[in-house]
Amino acid sequence: MATTSVAVPDTPLIRLALARADDALVLGHRLSEWTGHAPTLEEDLALANIALDLIGQARSLYALAGEDCGLDEDALAYRRDERAYRNLLLVEQPNGDFARTIVRQFLYAAFIDAWWQAMTASCEPRLAAIAGKAEKETAYHLRHSAEWLIRLGDGTAESHRRAQAALDALFPFAAEMFEPVTAAAFDVAPASLREGWDRQVDAVLATAGLTRPAAPWSHSGGRAGRHTEHLGHLLSEMQYLQRVHPGATW
Amino acid sequence: MSTPATPIWEVFIRSRSGLAHRHVGSVHAADATLALQAARDVYTRRGEGLSIWVVPSNAIIASDPADKEMMFEPTASKIYRHPTFYDIPDDVGHM
Repeated sequence: MATTSVAVPDTPLIRLALARADDALVLGHRLSEWTGHAPTLEEDLALANIALDLIGQARSLYALAGEDCGLDEDALAYRRDERAYRNLLLVEQPNGDFARTIVRQFLYAAFIDAWWQAMTASCEPRLAAIAGKAEKETAYHLRHSAEWLIRLGDGTAESHRRAQAALDALFPFAAEMFEPVTAAAFDVAPASLREGWDRQVDAVLATAGLTRPAAPWSHSGGRAGRHTEHLGHLLSEMQYLQRVHPGATW
Repeated sequence: MSTPATPIWEVFIRSRSGLAHRHVGSVHAADATLALQAARDVYTRRGEGLSIWVVPSNAIIASDPADKEMMFEPTASKIYRHPTFYDIPDDVGHM
């Protein structure tokens, strides 16, 4: 059977750029699914704004990876199959209700904002440049999702129940964020951000009146291309046009 | 159980070149912090602003449209209030 994925060489820079780009693209695509369906017009735009920030970050990172392997952004986004995607399992989880989407965003933003902040000092100048732009965007994503999580947790009995259920469901996906992606000097080891993340998450959950799940076990495998059943469906929709009309432009 | 209506907030934005905040529209939000976020997300997507004010709509005291004849018509006959009856010397230049 012919492979449906482009071949991408494996260097530390490409691996890092692809992992982070896939995180951003998959989460951006998930958020874009809310467009026209969000609970209010205001949040419809807010989620679309965040989606566009993330897709912009993904493009910068795909372009960077592409410089080193001769593939363009579209090839990397649309012509790799599920097993070639390197994103975290957290970001591919379905939107669920608004609380589920906000919890997913909060857990990720609390990590990735700190990571981008640290990456502004990366010795790889192209990554540091992307970090400088991305960090301002993710800082807002973190604020937006944290403020919402506080209000959902501390809102009505219904919103509290939904927020806690979302936390319970998604917390086992959080630990994967702290796995190393590369050992390269230009990368910031995710494990070094764990303590700050714990503090930040605990502070917001305390304000929200939510209980941090024990999460004695965690899901893993996204970085190795072993995904949950949800990613394939997402990609089949996202990649449909380029798969059916390869190279189509508008 | 009925859900209370989400309050409405009026949004004012100061643009890059503008000196004063200008009214741009309104948003629904549960409280002031979320109103600022909503205003940012709805009204500054194209680089419109450097500063945002949000004000609870119910804090605005509006004139009664039924009073408009009493309030505004008397000025219509007082064209001498417009500064158009003075000759400005050329030396003054553009004012």
